[in-house]
Amino acid sequence: MLAHLPILQVIVPLMAAPLCLFLTRPRLAWLFALIVSGLAFVISSLLLQQVMTSGTIIYELGGWDAPWGIEYRIDQLNAFLLLIISAISTVVLFAADTSIRQEIPAEKHTLFYVLYLLSLAAMLGIVATGDAFNVFVFLEISSLSAYALIALGKDRRALWASYQYLVMGTIGATFILIGIGLMYQMTGTLNMEDLSIRLPEVEQTRTVFTAFAFVIVGICLKLAMFPLHLWLPNAYAYAPSIVTAFFAATATKVAIYLLIRFTFSVYGFSFSFTHIPLQMLFVVLGLAGIFAASVAAIYQTNIKLLFAYSSIAQIGYMIVGFSVGTVAGLTATLLHVFNHALMKAALFLALGAVMYRIGGVRLTQFHGLGRQMPLTMAAIVMGGLSLIGVPLTVGFVSKWYLIVALIEKGWWPVALLILFGSLLAIVYVWRIVEAAYFKPVLAGTEIIKEAPLSFLIPIWTLVLANIYFGIDTRLSVQVAKAASQSLFGVSP
Amino acid sequence: MLIGLYNYWVVVVLMMVGFYIVIAHGNLIKKIVGLSIFQTSVFIFYISMAKVDDGTAPILAEGISQYSNPLPHVLILTAIVVGIATTALGLALTVRIKEAYGSIEEEEIQTKDNLDC
Amino acid sequence: MSLSLETMLQLSIILPLLATIGIVATGHKPDLREGVTIGTSLVLLYFVISLYQGLQLGESISVHWWELLPGLQISFSVEPLGMLFALIASFLWLITTVYAIGYMRSHQEQNQTRFYTCFAIAIGSVMGIAFASNLFTLFIFYEVLTLSTYPLVTHAGTEKAKRGGRIYLGILLSTSIVFFLLAIISTWFVAGTLDFKPGGVFDSDVNKLVAGTILVLFIFGIGKAAIMPFHRWLPAAMVAPTPVSALLHAVAVVKAGVFTVLKVCVFIFGIDLLALLPTTQFLLYLAGASILLASLVAMRQDNLKARLAYSTVSQLGYITMGALLATSAGVMGSSMHIATHAFGKITLFFCAGAILVAAHKSKISEMRGLGKQMPITMAAFFIASLSIIGVPPTGGTWSKWYLLMGTMEAEQHILMGILMISSLLNIAYLLPIPFHAFFSADKLSSSGGGIKEAPLPSLIALCVTTVGCVILFVYPQPLYELAKAILAT
Repeated sequence: MLAHLPILQVIVPLMAAPLCLFLTRPRLAWLFALIVSGLAFVISSLLLQQVMTSGTIIYELGGWDAPWGIEYRIDQLNAFLLLIISAISTVVLFAADTSIRQEIPAEKHTLFYVLYLLSLAAMLGIVATGDAFNVFVFLEISSLSAYALIALGKDRRALWASYQYLVMGTIGATFILIGIGLMYQMTGTLNMEDLSIRLPEVEQTRTVFTAFAFVIVGICLKLAMFPLHLWLPNAYAYAPSIVTAFFAATATKVAIYLLIRFTFSVYGFSFSFTHIPLQMLFVVLGLAGIFAASVAAIYQTNIKLLFAYSSIAQIGYMIVGFSVGTVAGLTATLLHVFNHALMKAALFLALGAVMYRIGGVRLTQFHGLGRQMPLTMAAIVMGGLSLIGVPLTVGFVSKWYLIVALIEKGWWPVALLILFGSLLAIVYVWRIVEAAYFKPVLAGTEIIKEAPLSFLIPIWTLVLANIYFGIDTRLSVQVAKAASQSLFGVSP
Repeated sequence: MLIGLYNYWVVVVLMMVGFYIVIAHGNLIKKIVGLSIFQTSVFIFYISMAKVDDGTAPILAEGISQYSNPLPHVLILTAIVVGIATTALGLALTVRIKEAYGSIEEEEIQTKDNLDC
Repeated sequence: MSLSLETMLQLSIILPLLATIGIVATGHKPDLREGVTIGTSLVLLYFVISLYQGLQLGESISVHWWELLPGLQISFSVEPLGMLFALIASFLWLITTVYAIGYMRSHQEQNQTRFYTCFAIAIGSVMGIAFASNLFTLFIFYEVLTLSTYPLVTHAGTEKAKRGGRIYLGILLSTSIVFFLLAIISTWFVAGTLDFKPGGVFDSDVNKLVAGTILVLFIFGIGKAAIMPFHRWLPAAMVAPTPVSALLHAVAVVKAGVFTVLKVCVFIFGIDLLALLPTTQFLLYLAGASILLASLVAMRQDNLKARLAYSTVSQLGYITMGALLATSAGVMGSSMHIATHAFGKITLFFCAGAILVAAHKSKISEMRGLGKQMPITMAAFFIASLSIIGVPPTGGTWSKWYLLMGTMEAEQHILMGILMISSLLNIAYLLPIPFHAFFSADKLSSSGGGIKEAPLPSLIALCVTTVGCVILFVYPQPLYELAKAILAT
């Protein structure tokens, strides 16, 4: 059993997804999905433990040797991401039963769980696999289930957002497919490890450059890196709250994983960073994303849109960390992957709770919410403080590492700009705080009760995790550092 | 060079045609068609790449020594299925959008959204 | 029950934080709730005094809590400067609570439970700052202090309070995130450690320009020290209820700021290095300008609390200046001024609050002739003013004396002039108030009836701090010893 963990990680949710169709009662489907997600979490923890102690796990599907067969390669980077995805999925799913009752028509509930599990399986698959085309397949599965999940949103704008995401996402995935095709043409292999061995010989050809460009652009589209981020705000804002909470914490992280995997493991550090001006490009685009998105967030009246733009800004931070090109920078990015997942999952779940009680998330609807939904608002404040980067929260840890990495590299101006960017977070978080605590409740609104326990438990689990991992940073820092070091050690 | 690499030219032309249709047209169905053409160009790319000179279809048979590369064919089968699913999903969304907005023109939809805000 | 000194050190930080549970639990029984606060502050005072006695006996008391990030510890230790700050803060917490009871109840303020809770958290953070043994720990508690005082500043919940809170939080968080954090990380990078060490943590061959830039980042980053141009939060915070202004903006928050400045100057840079840096002179002039300009602005304020706020900005400039002078007299003067200014200013704010509650007046122009109805309050005001001005028989005399000596030692004659002019300005904006209160006829209103003295608890608190001002003059030895010991370690 233990030897098959890598494949079980993906197969279990994948097989479970259509099984949901047999469960006629949505409650049962929810329980089933929760158990499956919990199983995935257990598997990912076991995998992480194994990787941290004994090193990379290689699993060949069907016993066929690589590079003819597909292999799953779990190293510290994958294992870290598998843990994050499955953990967030389980916690978020806890509130799903309650949340979708208000947001999705009853006959579609079972289908929701099918799509959710598919999406989970696909994301786990993207991360676990060691074969480039397998990445494409799982990427498309996750994208298609994402389009469908987003379209389940109540507002008709969810349909439009889903359509736009479909068009842009398909273009992105097709770019990746082109890139993989070009790489295959030059090397004859699809296995990522094998590619990393064979690519250096043909590195200088225009084909390989083009392949790299296509793959990177395709990934950046999925990543919502500025200026390819236009699909994200609407998709997150109008999707059902559980979907937003899940995707905000996982989907873009998977794209960052792909970026790191392709630049470091497949193409190698020297090719990716020195032959192509990736550093300069990513620093500029990362910073531009931080500022443009943070400023956009400040002017939003729909709070989900506000935090969606905030997510784009946070992705900018990850990209800047990535562009530094040192162990410290990559550690900072990986730490932020973990920390941001915790932050945004908590925030969007809390917004889901607000949505459940009030039916909307406009800023005006937040007036006086501090008194009526104190626990939920407190969670939003804590999440906001984490976004700003107050000490004792996870946000501070990522920021510290990022600034240290930038100063080590000697990029003082960038460090200063990053810190200025955090100030913008204060502005948009504080708008919510002021509305909730300083404004009286709007006349004519009914009494609103606090969110139900099914929301409060996962929300506060995530908030307390925010604080716990902001104080006990051993797990996240050790794994991030180990992953970063191995990536730098392995790549030529 | 032009004649020998004509398959790549076909790929490029189709890719750009598809891409152009997606960007330039506001009609939702036309966009999906453009997307389809775009994806098809990639299929042709892979398959034409797989053809080996003097190679036959990659089915084991007596007396044949040169086969075309079967792997890209397999990959493209997968990609075609993905493309079908995407097109189907896109068209389903278009139907729902038509029900919800009363139109499948991008501009009209955006106008309606702006009025809502 | 005899606890070890280490335990007392830890408890002095944890206890106020734990008290919040008690305060929230007894929220609906005001007397019990206030009892929790007073009880906790008495215990805290006992702990702090025990720590002081331990320090005097030469014990070294330090506690290590947790390694947050590799190489970055949360740990505490007792040294003279921190001891000084902790003594003042814990003693004045007790006094302010007594004052607040009188003020909040007669003013019939809402949300008193929230008030006392945030107060407790703020004092806990102050203890954390006072006893921090490295910059990292100090930064953590510094930020917690900013956040825990926000609900106190915006207590009234009005639009005005909200706006004041915005400026308060905006300036303090911005300066700490952009400049202070950058300075800390730069120090960590250049010096390899964030521990407070006598003589500083930088090597003697550190690049002077780099170190000088880091110094500028620190001074601008420690927004709580209210160096211009980042001083606007102080007058903005006057929208808070007076007990908040008194304890926090005369004692806890602002003193945390200048305490941090002193700690950085003495234990991160070291006064020897400080004297050699190219940016020290510029910062000295900035502090001097802060002193003068704030005094001038103070003179033009008719709102009493606003005048006191700008006076505080000016006085904080003294302390920053003293630290930057990089001489032993300067450091001693600054440290002593932390104590003497705390007592003087808190008395002035107590009086301002008393006048607000008893006579419903906030403008100085309306306070003529008030001395007849509120003689004790105005007498206290007079004595506290003397302390701020720096003349006998008040404690301010000694701190001003050492600051002047510091300017002479450093041969900063312009700054010496600024100090003296500033004293004159202090007279100009402080003394007229008690003078007119006692000796002017009450022109504006003849509603002499109805204005009584301040509520009794507030009056008691007021008198205690006034006596404190005088005691600091007559018996300055403990203060002097502590101040002297800072550089001796």
